[in-house]
Amino acid sequence: MKIAVLSGKGGAGKTMVAVNLAAAAKRAVYIDCDVEEPNGRLFWKPAEVRRTQVGVAVPEFDPALCTGCRRCVDFCRFNALVYIRETPRVFPEVCHSCGGCALVCPNGAVREKSRPIGVLEQGRSGDVTVITGELSPGEASGVPLIREALRADTGSSLTVIDCPPGSACPVMESAEAADYCILVAEPTAFGLHNVKMVHELAVILGKPCGVIINKQEKAYEPLELFCRENGLEILARIGYDAEFARLIARGEILYHADRRAAALFDGVLKRAGGGRE
Amino acid sequence: MTVIIPYDDVENGVCVSFGRAPYFLAYDTETGCRSQSPNPAAQEQGGAGLKAAQCVADLGARALITFRCGENAAEVLAAAGVEIYKAPEADVDRCLQAFAEGKLEKLTKFHAGFHGIR
Repeated sequence: MKIAVLSGKGGAGKTMVAVNLAAAAKRAVYIDCDVEEPNGRLFWKPAEVRRTQVGVAVPEFDPALCTGCRRCVDFCRFNALVYIRETPRVFPEVCHSCGGCALVCPNGAVREKSRPIGVLEQGRSGDVTVITGELSPGEASGVPLIREALRADTGSSLTVIDCPPGSACPVMESAEAADYCILVAEPTAFGLHNVKMVHELAVILGKPCGVIINKQEKAYEPLELFCRENGLEILARIGYDAEFARLIARGEILYHADRRAAALFDGVLKRAGGGRE
Repeated sequence: MTVIIPYDDVENGVCVSFGRAPYFLAYDTETGCRSQSPNPAAQEQGGAGLKAAQCVADLGARALITFRCGENAAEVLAAAGVEIYKAPEADVDRCLQAFAEGKLEKLTKFHAGFHGIR
């Protein structure tokens, strides 16, 4: 089973939930798809780490073969190519790696080469395989790296996908592979707005989902109502807790360090349908 | 030589945008002829500046008078040998007059793109 952990905003508790869920499963694969700021590994402290470079294809032109027909320039719907002073030229950050330019070139003047965009890190933490996508600073899109991270899934009874915040393309890419989505929400007006966005995405993707309300001091009625009206099971409510905060700040995994947390995440895992093997 | 001005037909003046200007006005400094052609990049989803710069280069321009211009477009125009001047006002005639008198300043600040944000 694959569970994606989503939230419309950063700092809601996605990584905390995802890490502890994987810890609860004992044997699991944890994939950090929050490639712009992957921090799950701070908790896992994985060993036997392998790092591999991930790149995207960009065109390269052979001036000897190019006749200046401009078919590639005309074909590129992203306008990543120009033809200036009898020289074709690519703007790599505009290129979407579709490969169309190489296909339409009648003279075989376009070859694709790899442009590095980040690193895929794979390691182990006990019985948990820890996969982390790490996007290079300044890169516009993490989607190709997320795709690679998900492809690196070694397969286990449970895969936990720690999604990036929001509900845009990188989140779509991350959640698409999941069987179930956990939406982490804060009990505030802002939190409700954010959970609505990710819920809408989960519905479009056809994923069943449940909610974890984090940082709850008292119930926020509009959020409760939203969950009821949309048939969303509340998998857990996590209050402000000085001990939890202390452990997290120290980079410890709550599940391993605190009995109450262990009971809580065992419950979440069971309700989400990802019981032990 | 040919001078290009991004032209907004509704405002009847220099368009605030280069890449998404509806028209390009081409002015021939030798003959004084003016012609107007639609900007093929105006409605593009992305890379409008690049496509517009390609169009300006293809029109054989040596100079562009514009309010603003993106980094990518500026790179293409530089490669094509098109000088970029800052439009001092929206009035096309007065811009061309100032250009003829050598009073226009070069545009030196290029933005990183607006990408849908106005």
